[in-house]
Amino acid sequence: MATTSQAQFNANLKRYYSFYTGGFVAFVVFVGILEWFGVPNRILGYIFLFATVMLYAGIGFMSRTSEVSEYYVAGRRVPAMFNGMATGSDWMSAASFIGLAGTLYLTGYDGLAFIMGWTGGYCLVALLLAPYLRKFGQFTIPDFLGARYGGHAPRLIGVFAAVLVSFVYVVAQIYGVGLITSRFTGLEFAVGVFVGLAGILVCSFLGGMKAVTWTQVAQYIILITAYMIPVVWLSLIHTGAPIPQITAYTTVLPKVTALEKELNDKATPKGAAEESVRAIFRERSAAADVQLKGLEAGGVGYLAEQKKALEDQAVALKADAAPDAKAIEAAEKAAKDYPTDPAKAKEQWTKDKSGAAARAGAVKSHAEPFAAKDEKARGIAKKNFLVLVFCLMVGTAALPHILMRFYTTPSVQEARRSVFWSLFFIFLLYFTAPALAILVKFEVYGSLVGSSFAHLPAWVSNWAAVDKTLMSIADINKDGIVQLAEIVIGGDLIVLATPEIAGLPYVISGLVAAGGLAAALSTADGLLLTIANALSHDVYYKVIDPNAPTTRRIAVSKGLLLLVAVIAAYVTSMKPGDILFLVGAAFSLAGSAFFPSLVLGIFWKRANQLGAILGMTVGLGVCMYYMIQTYPFFGINAPRWWDIAPIGAGIFGITAGMIGVIVGTLISPAPSKEVQELVDHVRYPNLEGDIDTRAA
Amino acid sequence: MQLTEKHKEYWRRNLKLTGILLAIWFVATFVVSWYARELNEITFIGPLGFYMGAQGALIIYVLIIWFYARYMNNLDQEYGVHEGEEQ
Repeated sequence: MATTSQAQFNANLKRYYSFYTGGFVAFVVFVGILEWFGVPNRILGYIFLFATVMLYAGIGFMSRTSEVSEYYVAGRRVPAMFNGMATGSDWMSAASFIGLAGTLYLTGYDGLAFIMGWTGGYCLVALLLAPYLRKFGQFTIPDFLGARYGGHAPRLIGVFAAVLVSFVYVVAQIYGVGLITSRFTGLEFAVGVFVGLAGILVCSFLGGMKAVTWTQVAQYIILITAYMIPVVWLSLIHTGAPIPQITAYTTVLPKVTALEKELNDKATPKGAAEESVRAIFRERSAAADVQLKGLEAGGVGYLAEQKKALEDQAVALKADAAPDAKAIEAAEKAAKDYPTDPAKAKEQWTKDKSGAAARAGAVKSHAEPFAAKDEKARGIAKKNFLVLVFCLMVGTAALPHILMRFYTTPSVQEARRSVFWSLFFIFLLYFTAPALAILVKFEVYGSLVGSSFAHLPAWVSNWAAVDKTLMSIADINKDGIVQLAEIVIGGDLIVLATPEIAGLPYVISGLVAAGGLAAALSTADGLLLTIANALSHDVYYKVIDPNAPTTRRIAVSKGLLLLVAVIAAYVTSMKPGDILFLVGAAFSLAGSAFFPSLVLGIFWKRANQLGAILGMTVGLGVCMYYMIQTYPFFGINAPRWWDIAPIGAGIFGITAGMIGVIVGTLISPAPSKEVQELVDHVRYPNLEGDIDTRAA
Repeated sequence: MQLTEKHKEYWRRNLKLTGILLAIWFVATFVVSWYARELNEITFIGPLGFYMGAQGALIIYVLIIWFYARYMNNLDQEYGVHEGEEQ
C-alpha cells in the first residue's frame, strides 16, 4: 500500500504543511491589505469563511479514498506530531475555542475545572489506553470490546454508547458552527447550520479518516494562530511583554484583585457609585418579592386588583390639570404589560427577583476558589468542582472519537509520543485561556468601568448593538458614568471581542471567526465519522453481513455519514438545551459507559463478558437516570444525591460501571485462553510467537 | 505463547511507573484543588492555588506524558519487545 517510505512521507508532510502555513499567513496579509483599501467588513467575513471552507474541501478532495484501512484509520501512517495536531483540533471544539475564556471570565477559579479536566484526562489516555489500543490495531472502540469480551452483546452496547455520546456532542458542535456562520455573515441561524454542515461533509465524506486527519491538521494551524495573535497583542499593550501566560499572573492579576477590592469598598468613589447601582437592584429585587408574596396570598384576584390600580393611576394622571404625556405613556404601558396569568407572573417575578439580586451582589474575587456565603456552601462548591474535574477527565479517556485517533499512528511507540504531542498542542490553547480571561477582566474593570456613557469604547457599543445577550450596558443610576453592576457580559464575547479590545484591525476578527469555525468543524468531523463507522463497521459489517465486500462497506459508511449529518443538523436547528450542559453530559455518559470496561479489559485479565455487559449497562443506566432525575430540562427535579450537580452525574455512573464489571466478572467463569492471550498481546508492543489482531 | 520471566518483569515495571505517574496526577489535580484556598495564601507567579489550576497542573500533565513515552519506549528496547518498524 505504501509507495513511499515512512521517513520520506514524514518529510513530505512537514514540507506541505510549512508551505500551507506560509500560504495562510500570506492570505491573511492579503485580506488585511483589502481592508486597508476600504473593502467592507462584511465582505471580508465572507472571504474568510469561503476561503477556509474551500481549503478544507480541497484537502478532503485530494485525500479521497475507497481503501478500507485508509478510510477508517488513515492507513495507519500518521506520524506522532501530526496525529497530535489532528487530535488537538478534533478535541478542541467551539466550546473550548469560544466559550472557555468566557466561562473563566464569568466564574473565576471555579471555571478552572474545565481547564484541568480537559487536559488532565490525557494522562489517563496516555497511561491506561492509547498504547494498548494501538497494539490491538483495529478500527473502532466497539471492535476492542467485541474482541476482548467476545460475542455481539459488548460490541453492540459499545455501539449504542458511542452513537449516543457522539450524537449529543455533535449537536453542540453544529450549534457552534451555526452561531459563527450566522454572526459573521448575517445568514439565518438555520441556514448557517446547513452551510456549516456542507463544510463538515466535504471534509469527511470523500476520504473518511484520511481526509479528516489531514484537514484537522490544517484546522489546528488556523485555530491556534487565530487564538494567539489577539491575546499576545493584548498582553503587549497592557504589560509590554508578549507572553500573556506569565504576565497575566504576575502583573495583571494583582491589579484586577486591587480593582475588585476598590469596587467593593463603599468608602472609595468608585465603590460608592457601585453601591448606588446595587441599591437600585436591591429595590427591584424587593419589589419583585412583594409581588410574588401578593400573588401567593391573593392569586388571580391579586393580579386583577393590581392591574386595576395601575389603570386607575394612568386615568388619574390624564385627569391632572397639566397632563404629563411621558408619565401617562409610562403608566399606561405598565398597566398593559402587567401579567394576568398567575403561572407566567410567577415565572417572570421569580426571574426578576433572582436576576436583580445577582446584580446587587458584591464583585466576586477572580482568584478565590469556591467563593460562597458560608462554610457549608463552600464545601458543596468544592465537592462539585472536584467531581466535575473527575468526570471531565475520565470522559476524556473514554470519548470514542479521541481514542480512535490512536489507531492511526504507525506503531505503539508513535502512539505514546502522539499522546504527548496531542496534549502539548491542546495545552497551548488551554494555558492561554485563563490569561486571556484575566486580561479582558482588567480591561473591563480598569478602563470600561468609570468611563462616560457619552464616550463608550467602540467595541462596547459595537457588540451592544449586535447582540444584547453578549453585551448589555445601561446607565441604571443615571450618573452618566459606567459602573460594573451596569454591565452584563455574555461569556462568548470574550474571545470574539478580544481583537477589537486590543485595537486590532477587522482582519483579525475575521481570523478569529475562521478559527472558531475550524474548531467546531474539526470536532464535528471526527464525531460524525465515529458515528458512521460504528454503525457501518460494527453493526453492518461485523454483525449483519461479515462477507460484505470492501466497496460496499465504505459505501454504507458514506451513506450513513450523510444521513447522521442531516439528522444532527435538523436536531440542532431546533436549538435544544444549553451547550455547556450538552458537552458536559457527553463526558459523563462516555466515562460511565466505556472507561471501566476498557481499562479493566487491559489491566485485569480476569474481566469477562458478563462483567463488561453489566458494567456498561449499569454505568450508562445510572448516569442517565441521575441526569434525567435532576437536570431541570427534564422537569423532574428530584433531590440531588450528596448535592452533586447533574453535570457531575458521571461520578455515580463511573463508580457503578466499575462495580458492575467487577461483580459481573466474579460471578461468572474466567475468560477463555484465547482472550487471555489477547490481553498479553496488547500489553507488549512486540512478543515472540504472538497472535495477530491487526485488521487487514 | 509463553510469557518469560523477563516479560513479566517488563509488565511489573510498566505497572510501577504507571502507578507512580497516576499518583502524581492525582496529587496535582485533586489534592492541590482540595487545598486551593489555603494555597492561595502563598504567592508563586500569582496566588499559588489559582496558578496551579490555571497552569501548574497542566505543565505537570504534559511532563507526565512526555516522561511516560520516553521511559516506556526505552523499556521496550531494553526488554526486547519493541517493534521492528521504522520510526
